[in-house]
Amino acid sequence: MRTGLIAQKLGMTRRFDENGTHVPVTVLKLDNVQIVAQRTTDTDGYTALQLGWGAAKVKNVSKPMRGHFAKAKVEPKRKLTEFRVADNALVDVGTELSATHFVPGQFVDVCGTSIGKGFAGGMKRHGFKGLRASHGVSINHRSLGSTGQCQDPGKVFKGKKMAGHMGAVRVTTQNLTIVDTDPERGLILVSGGVPGSKGGFVRITDAIKKVRPDDVPYPAGLKSDGAPEAEEVEALEVEAEDVVEADTATVEVEAAPEEAGKEESAGEAAPEADEEEKKE
Amino acid sequence: MNVISELENQEVEKLTADGNLPPFSPGDTVRVNVKVVEGTRERVQAFEGVCIARKNAGLNSAFTVRKLSYGEGVERIFPLYSPTIESIDVIRRGDVRRAKLYYLRGRTGKSARIAEQTDGFKAKLNADDRRAAEEAKKQGSKTRKKKKAAAPEAEATE
Repeated sequence: MRTGLIAQKLGMTRRFDENGTHVPVTVLKLDNVQIVAQRTTDTDGYTALQLGWGAAKVKNVSKPMRGHFAKAKVEPKRKLTEFRVADNALVDVGTELSATHFVPGQFVDVCGTSIGKGFAGGMKRHGFKGLRASHGVSINHRSLGSTGQCQDPGKVFKGKKMAGHMGAVRVTTQNLTIVDTDPERGLILVSGGVPGSKGGFVRITDAIKKVRPDDVPYPAGLKSDGAPEAEEVEALEVEAEDVVEADTATVEVEAAPEEAGKEESAGEAAPEADEEEKKE
Repeated sequence: MNVISELENQEVEKLTADGNLPPFSPGDTVRVNVKVVEGTRERVQAFEGVCIARKNAGLNSAFTVRKLSYGEGVERIFPLYSPTIESIDVIRRGDVRRAKLYYLRGRTGKSARIAEQTDGFKAKLNADDRRAAEEAKKQGSKTRKKKKAAAPEAEATE
């Protein structure tokens, strides 16, 4: 059992396959997906990997969480999630995962939080038929109808389907096909729809009810090719921001746990400095 | 530009790489050559009629073709960039003042006619088409003559 990925749902589009039939696809985005922590049998009693997605503003990250990220030497993440993995599928902390983790044609399960529908009636929530449009029915066209028998049970059975809150629950869509992957932009195209709204986060894992193909990377698809370039760019950014910091002399660095944190807080400091200048 | 539209533009570019998509608009009579798979064999089927509507939405663009088949109106909606469309031939460029010609649905015969566009941009396109057709014809006749010329020689060698 290898790790899954955490991704953001960007929306849907279409593809035409070689036969000319059209395939609706959902576009899922990976953004700086890194391993933040390992859970091992010795320390936690089970093996798992904690993955983080994107970047969070340092000021919005709580102090304990800053410590957690500092321990892993990664930038604060916007979203964290844990995947149970086999003992031999553990990946080093700080490793960045790539869209090549999944291969086109592979089956995956996608898990997300469905769109909330609020308080919904029986027709919408459970597909009840409702009452008739005519023949003496008044006002109650969308009502439930009967909820049980008469004096004999003398109660409504537990679990009776009724109106209530609908949606906004964790939903897994099984056996979706990977149509395409784009490791450069960190995109995964999955056939069909996935739960949740645009901008929502989903967990993608190997399909539990299908055999994993042999050509998928094990224990994980790593983003090791493009890494040196990215580091160079980051280094440049740090330098630039350090200069800004020195000029404005706004200090918000005290809480930052490590270099990555400094970078973020420097980014925060710059707009504040601008505001001060305006006031003057 | 957001990622979705970027992906869609890429897809459109890929699908229009062969570049046989002629400019046409509602009112034009078009012949759509559609690839049909019958068992293992693939053949091309033509659907000829008046384009009564176009939907311009990037990769999701589509157009509607209406024709009369045995006295019954038939409409077919084609995705513009579908690979099942082998080619589109513009047969006649019509002069219409609407983007959607849904009014043709209630009409038959004389009142369902569309006049041919003889001036403006469409006429220019028409002239280009005619020239291209003539050139194609000339080339075609040349190759035919060549074939004829080659045939007796082949016989002689035998």
